[in-house]
Amino acid sequence: MLAYILRRIFQSLIVLLAVGFVAFAMFSFVGDPVDNMLGQERTQADIERLREQLGLDQPFIVQYWRFLEQAAQGNFGLSYRQGRPVSEIIAERLPATVELALVSGFLAFIGGVGLGVFTAIRRHGLLPSFIMTASLVGVSLPTFLIGILLIYIFSVELGWLPSFGRGEVVDLGGWTTGFLTASGLKALILPAITLGLYQMTLIMRLVRTEMLEVLRMDYIRFARARGLTEKTINFRHALKNTLVPVITITGLQLGSIIAFAIITETVFQWPGVGLLFINAVQFVDIPVMAAYLMMISVMFVGINLIVDVLYFAIDPRLRIERSVGGH
Amino acid sequence: MQLTHSKKTLRTMLLTAAVSALAISSVSAETLRWARAGDSLTLDPHAQNEGPTHTLAHQIYEPLIIRDMSGQFQAALATDWAPSPDDPNVWVFNLREGVTYHDGAAFTAEDVVFSIGRAQSENSNMKELLNSIVEVRAVDDLTVEMVTDGPNPILPSNLTNLFMMDSGWAESNGVVEVQDVEGGETTFAATNANGTGAYKLVSREPDVRTVLTQNENYWGIGQFPLEVTEIIYTPIQNAATRVAALLSGEVDFIQDVPVQDLDRVANTDGLIVKTAPQNRVIFFGMNMGAADIANDNVDGANPLADVRVRRAMNMAINRDAIQQVVMRGQSQPAGMIAPPFVNGWTAEMDGSVSTDIDAARALMAEAGYGDGFSIQLDCPNDRYINDEAICQAAVGMMAQIGITVNLDAKPKAQHFPLITNGETDFYMLGWGVPTYDSEYIFNFLTHTRGEDRGSWNGTGYSNPEMDAMIQSLASETDLSARNATIQAIWDDVQEQQLYLPIHHQVLNWGMSDAVGIDVSPEDDPKFKFFTMN
Repeated sequence: MLAYILRRIFQSLIVLLAVGFVAFAMFSFVGDPVDNMLGQERTQADIERLREQLGLDQPFIVQYWRFLEQAAQGNFGLSYRQGRPVSEIIAERLPATVELALVSGFLAFIGGVGLGVFTAIRRHGLLPSFIMTASLVGVSLPTFLIGILLIYIFSVELGWLPSFGRGEVVDLGGWTTGFLTASGLKALILPAITLGLYQMTLIMRLVRTEMLEVLRMDYIRFARARGLTEKTINFRHALKNTLVPVITITGLQLGSIIAFAIITETVFQWPGVGLLFINAVQFVDIPVMAAYLMMISVMFVGINLIVDVLYFAIDPRLRIERSVGGH
Repeated sequence: MQLTHSKKTLRTMLLTAAVSALAISSVSAETLRWARAGDSLTLDPHAQNEGPTHTLAHQIYEPLIIRDMSGQFQAALATDWAPSPDDPNVWVFNLREGVTYHDGAAFTAEDVVFSIGRAQSENSNMKELLNSIVEVRAVDDLTVEMVTDGPNPILPSNLTNLFMMDSGWAESNGVVEVQDVEGGETTFAATNANGTGAYKLVSREPDVRTVLTQNENYWGIGQFPLEVTEIIYTPIQNAATRVAALLSGEVDFIQDVPVQDLDRVANTDGLIVKTAPQNRVIFFGMNMGAADIANDNVDGANPLADVRVRRAMNMAINRDAIQQVVMRGQSQPAGMIAPPFVNGWTAEMDGSVSTDIDAARALMAEAGYGDGFSIQLDCPNDRYINDEAICQAAVGMMAQIGITVNLDAKPKAQHFPLITNGETDFYMLGWGVPTYDSEYIFNFLTHTRGEDRGSWNGTGYSNPEMDAMIQSLASETDLSARNATIQAIWDDVQEQQLYLPIHHQVLNWGMSDAVGIDVSPEDDPKFKFFTMN
């Protein structure tokens, strides 16, 4: 068990190093940060001085090594754009993204399961067909279009909800939250729907398919024969067995919600890490890009590591394979 | 000793004044919610030479001289300025009396000496504008002399974005030096501010929200409208969201209205759009200096080196079509690469071009390129208004005279290094002129590329005679002789067709009809001039 976990951790580290390597190899194609950092009046001497100072004249391998050296000591450098420590900026921005991801993940789960169960039980009729068709739209419409559409309806035409920003936030010792103010909660609604819509339709379709599968099982037929109420059969027996794969998918999707909130955050000017990353790419702010990509890969690798370890604990076959050896 | 004593008395007086002013001003509090695409990069006034950064700094800090909303000089921390009658190399500035910083310290000549020195230091991005200054002397508390390395007639125009910082505040907060990006630590001045300006910093979250409140002790009370008492500044990057925020009344004033939304905003009750030409001209540059260029299909020769080809290309561009179709009317076709406010601009040169495909074809044939050639056009896609669309239009126009253009549009961070490193043969560039004088254009765009000048001249053009004329502008004090030289250089630039001018950009500000202000050519609103109904 311990050897297995250690091996997985070792493999995860290699993945992280590889992600960093690819990221640094690509930074040189994003553009030249020096051009953005100096005004249009700068001289060639200024450019060279700054390039040297930032180590941009070095090959990317050297830059990557310097980043690793510093990162190992917990120092991610200064943002080229803001001139402040990257770790401080990310810590400032992370709560916004995490809160948005949690709310939209929650909405997606509740909405997806509810609608999935409904469309599985009522397979025919106007409403279920409408929901199924609408879910196709949810899957296929690009996020920014949904965002703009919602802004147009709820901010411009109806004037109910804010079109940008996070509203007022309360600082709880380094963690800013929008959950505690009315304007903060209002500001959450549109971005959370925009970000969660795709996940919701995904979960809904998954639940529906799984549920239809389960409803055909023998034990459901027996339950019916025993004369159990429809409610008990659908929710106590069928839904419970449906949820196992759904929860796994939802957990994994939470990671991608955080990682891919970039577009939603740009449309709603949501001050999270996704918007930070977009700004960093436009400015060629290498320290911020590097730290963000590392953070996201640590998150994904971490989730997968936990899943692997859980599988190992749950699935006895993984253990047997070890003792049998090669074949 | 005496200084500290008087400072203390002053502080007590100011405090009393502040308390009473607070009581009065709270009666009519007018908050202006302001949004634009980008945020200021830093509060350090000398660290960045960039539009949005200067715009925010202008509310908090002040230079000696500012440009008002129409672009004219106006006295700020200096009340008057003139070259010294005794020495043509010296400018004398008389400073405003009784000005204090937001923390109560008095503004003196010492601060001017300190601030100019700080802006000239190695990490400052403002130092190129101050190249000619050799020494700054405080003659007395309210008089400063700036010594230049030769007579410099346009020194004041280099000072309009050069903000004054309190030397005492800088010393006690350890920000005497401008921030060094790779220095490791962030500096106090990047996130805190203490200026003499009409607004004080209340709070700031970079990229999220900056709140300013009126300075009750501002020297200009009674001289400026100062009707905005609080400013809430939120950058909104996405153009559609920015417009939506204005339409829904969540912000009162946005600086960059996309051209396709102008009618929408203007037709909404309670909103207005104001338009004015911007201090920025858009044009194409061509690599004419190289013997052969890499990105064309002509071997052993450079078609762009032939002035007839450049003139033909100039004639092929249909500027009216670009204005009407690509820009939806929001541009002024240009015949020269100077914005209309700039000294040296003439209506005659700016209106000198017309589209003539037949004449252009004839010129191409005369130059030996009757069958045309192909070339790559490098274009930014996130810098100027509709930049990529303009380039696409140009592709079709060039095709009419046989030039096959392959368009390569990319983000500005990748585009601009091509120009400064001389890696492009045909490119788009836009140029603003903060000094409002042609010399600035010549220094960067037409002088031979070298150590101090010509850094943005991607054309490879090099003419020692023109270089000599450009250099003479820096120290020519006889303004009419200087203007004659400027005209002579322009004649050369036009004759040689060094660039293909496209148009002058137009600025559009969208605002609630309660806000009263005219658009400034440099896209830098100064809120002390704003009125609120």
